[in-house]
Amino acid sequence: MMSDAIFYGAGFPYRENGDLPGKLIVLEGSDGVGRSTQTQLLRRWLEDEGFAVSDTGLRRSEMTQKGLEKARMGHTLSRITMSLFYATDFADRLENQIIPALQAGFIVLSDRYMYSIMARDIVRGADPEWSHQVYGFALKPDMVLYLRADVTDLVSRLIHGRGLNYWEAGMDIHPSNNLYDSFIEYQSELILMFDQFAKEYGFVTVDAGRPVMEVFADLQTHIRNLLEDQQSIFEEDF
Amino acid sequence: MLRKNTTPGKLIIVEGIDGSGKSTQIDLLNKWLHSQGRSVYFSEWNSSALVKSTTKRAKKRKLFTPTTFSLLQCTDFADRWENRIFPMLKAGVIVLADRYAFTAFGRDVARGVDREWVRNLYSFAMQPDIALYFRVPLDVAVTRITSARAKLKYYEAGMDLKISESRIESFKRFQERILNEYDKMVNEFNLTVIDGDLTVQAQQRLVREIVKQELEGWEGLPKPEGHPYVTLQSEINAAKGGG
Repeated sequence: MMSDAIFYGAGFPYRENGDLPGKLIVLEGSDGVGRSTQTQLLRRWLEDEGFAVSDTGLRRSEMTQKGLEKARMGHTLSRITMSLFYATDFADRLENQIIPALQAGFIVLSDRYMYSIMARDIVRGADPEWSHQVYGFALKPDMVLYLRADVTDLVSRLIHGRGLNYWEAGMDIHPSNNLYDSFIEYQSELILMFDQFAKEYGFVTVDAGRPVMEVFADLQTHIRNLLEDQQSIFEEDF
Repeated sequence: MLRKNTTPGKLIIVEGIDGSGKSTQIDLLNKWLHSQGRSVYFSEWNSSALVKSTTKRAKKRKLFTPTTFSLLQCTDFADRWENRIFPMLKAGVIVLADRYAFTAFGRDVARGVDREWVRNLYSFAMQPDIALYFRVPLDVAVTRITSARAKLKYYEAGMDLKISESRIESFKRFQERILNEYDKMVNEFNLTVIDGDLTVQAQQRLVREIVKQELEGWEGLPKPEGHPYVTLQSEINAAKGGG
């Protein structure tokens, strides 16, 4: 048995998606929580196991990448405009990368999904119901792994890593504060949103405040379970 | 349903399929309001400088799907809404829009997106004070467009829908679907129907009559002394060509 495409809302009514034999696995969590590191480790591991893997992340759509980067540089994006620009990027990747890869049986590792965009939009004042309905075209992932860390962990990682940046500190909504205070305030609000989404959307929460390899081992366990399910269902068909 | 306009400004929009004559009418209205000494701001569909390069690229490489087409045009609208239209309305200006959310409700649904989904997308916009829908029979519009233009563009003709190999045939069928959607919107959004088959002058007379009634007893933002005509022309140019 293969899994039928399930969408949060109307999906893409004009196209036949058919069966999606692949698996969509999403890594969610705050900035600096280690998502990209884990995505890389998972990709290598899954490929070693013989799975075809495709990865994707925000702002990587062929259509919107250039325009969106330019707009971010100029800090000229107003709230609703920014929400919709990101939604365009997300829809483009979903229709043109993620769904075709799932149709071809790939495991798709998505570094963030629409939840991150929704969290940022809502923290900036978007109506949660509006946001939820905009993403009615979104495909429901097979598993969402939520890498959770406290804001103090994030700060220490970023300061010893790539540093704090304008958008990750939510400077566009806390312009009077300095980068540090703004980061703490903004990221704390985001964590609250993620915690709420974890319940609403059934995320698997993984404690990311631990060494990389420990977190990785946890993620492997969850993914192994997901793929074994597929295996046993597959065997029942015979 | 769109929320009510609670600003001191007035929002007047025109809608209709390609070739319905709406742009001619709003242009005449714009000039007339200026000559009456009103503060007017004009906004055109798909004209945000922020989104322009992305739209151009996606059209050229044929990257659009019905959903991304809808989302990117809404991004364009949102940029104009947040940075121009809404602030202008707050200031008490008459905002004229050539096409509005109803264009998306017509075209995007004709392309196959969900009717409710696209209505939610635009729910941050306000119901216009006057929404004029220029209705013309399909063949009249098609003749106007095909005789005025060298070649119909790919998305304009709805070629992405794969209805027909022929651009003209595809255009007709696409416009027909849009026409059906508009007709359903007349009651839903209280559109004022203008017969686009009347002469340009007769239509303009009707348009001015409707606008005059709406503006009766309304003041709006006064123009500063010594600015006789084109106060906001630079704004219009910026919206059209900027970026």
